[in-house]
Amino acid sequence: MAKNNKPALGIIGAGKLGVTLTRLALKAGYTVYIAGSGVASKIELSTKVITPGAVAVTAKEAARRADIVILALPLGKYRTLPVDALHGKLVIDAMNYWWEIDGEDEALKNPASSTSELVQAFLPGSRVVKALSHMGYHHLHDEARPKDTPGRKAIAIAGNRVADTVTVAELVNDLGFDPVIIGNLASGKKLEPGNPAFGANVDAATLKTYL
Amino acid sequence: MTKKTTQPKILFGLDTFGDIPTDKDGKLMTHAAAIRQVVDEAVLADKLGIDVISVGEHHREDFSISSPETVLAGIATKTKNIKLASGVTVLSSDDPVRVFERFATVDALSSGRAQIILGRGSFTESFPLFGYDLKDYEILFEEKVALMAEVLKEKPVTWEGTTRAALNDADIYPKTESGRIHTSIGVGGSPQSVVRAAKYGFPLMLAVIGGSPDRFVPYVDLYQHAAKEFGTSSDEIGIHSPGFIADTDEQARRIAWPAHKTNFDRIGRSRGWPPITREHFDYEIDHGSLYIGSPETVAKKMAKTIKTLGVMRFDLVYGGGPMPAAAREHMIELYATKVIPRISELLAEKPDGKK
Repeated sequence: MAKNNKPALGIIGAGKLGVTLTRLALKAGYTVYIAGSGVASKIELSTKVITPGAVAVTAKEAARRADIVILALPLGKYRTLPVDALHGKLVIDAMNYWWEIDGEDEALKNPASSTSELVQAFLPGSRVVKALSHMGYHHLHDEARPKDTPGRKAIAIAGNRVADTVTVAELVNDLGFDPVIIGNLASGKKLEPGNPAFGANVDAATLKTYL
Repeated sequence: MTKKTTQPKILFGLDTFGDIPTDKDGKLMTHAAAIRQVVDEAVLADKLGIDVISVGEHHREDFSISSPETVLAGIATKTKNIKLASGVTVLSSDDPVRVFERFATVDALSSGRAQIILGRGSFTESFPLFGYDLKDYEILFEEKVALMAEVLKEKPVTWEGTTRAALNDADIYPKTESGRIHTSIGVGGSPQSVVRAAKYGFPLMLAVIGGSPDRFVPYVDLYQHAAKEFGTSSDEIGIHSPGFIADTDEQARRIAWPAHKTNFDRIGRSRGWPPITREHFDYEIDHGSLYIGSPETVAKKMAKTIKTLGVMRFDLVYGGGPMPAAAREHMIELYATKVIPRISELLAEKPDGKK
């Protein structure tokens, strides 16, 4: 545990989504370890200027030092994740298959399961929860609001263990959104591209009608 | 490199991907007619004193321009002052040597008005088309930007990399008369792209196509910090955002909405996002990055962004979706004769509202 008794966050992926989530988490008082695809020095300057307060590290280090790790890298790169360092961690999968970045990938395009279950299978020692994946990064940035703000936007959460989804719900709430727990990890499929909830930037009541 | 002056002039541009407009009878034009329409619009923009016309590179049915510099060459010999830019040149799936040759040719035809904006583009259909693998997305751009920076010096180039054949003391022609083609990098919000632009000393063009422009303030800071660290210049930052201008706010929304929706939903279908709602469209106009409305509304919104981000150039992306050609032409007239002068007035005002 880090300051404010809040769990320490590791964010793997220092692109648009990773940076947006880092900004929201810092604002909410979290300790954040952020990692890009390579050595920490590559993102040191951008971290210092865009997300001052966050600590630039490698993906392995982010996984090791954090209590909760958010995956914000292109889904096509999930096999590069540090499996051992993520062992025992709560891992939030915020990734989507995006062919224009990931390339045509049959396994990701038409998986037998949800893409989060593919990630869970790759990280057998971690507890994977899907969240923060359906809302576009600029909406995440613009729409974060304090709890009980009328019209506050919602983020869906899918995971296999209730305790984990509740932990993620607290984080989502701290970041500025109403959490909506939708079911197990398989149900995360409803949040993937091509489904009504993908891209959803709506309040909790409306989000539920999409699911 | 540009010299710093005390009262730098802000450049106002237009940007198009060559969307297919509708004709007088409401029918979609052909790709060829859409390209000729862009040339006519650029000629109009030049006559009206607009600073830049940028044309994007796409390889899709809904956009007519796949070869920006060929269109720019067409514009070059019919215009006098307007700068001729790509917006963007998808460098990852192109060859820096050929990019230079083509733009140096446009530069010759236009007596020094060619500009390049390098980018990765948000569409990647050029990758399979030209035989590149999206898995090499990062390395292709990284290496080609590095080579492009060398080629632009217009001196013999010796270079070696993994994405194309090595060059050994290769001189590349035609040489430009100024010795330098103005070249920027377009970025969409990836911090590492901003750092890369600063590293090579390229001016920065921020592509802000949704959400509040304010969130790019830290990226402007990052560019300036990075430029200082690399010892490069950082005084040229521009922005590119979509918009539409008509005589009244109501009219502008009425014309732009169906065209925008058609455009957005077509792209959404391939990317898996649901159809855009009118609420979202209105939100983007009121709080986000759609500059749509009467001349006064658009001028105020653009002036606010220019002030907030401290940018020196604003390229307004016009004609998104199947829009009547006449409405596009009218927009260009309003932009030149009403919006741009009004922005200058607004920017000259002191913060307390007094002149």
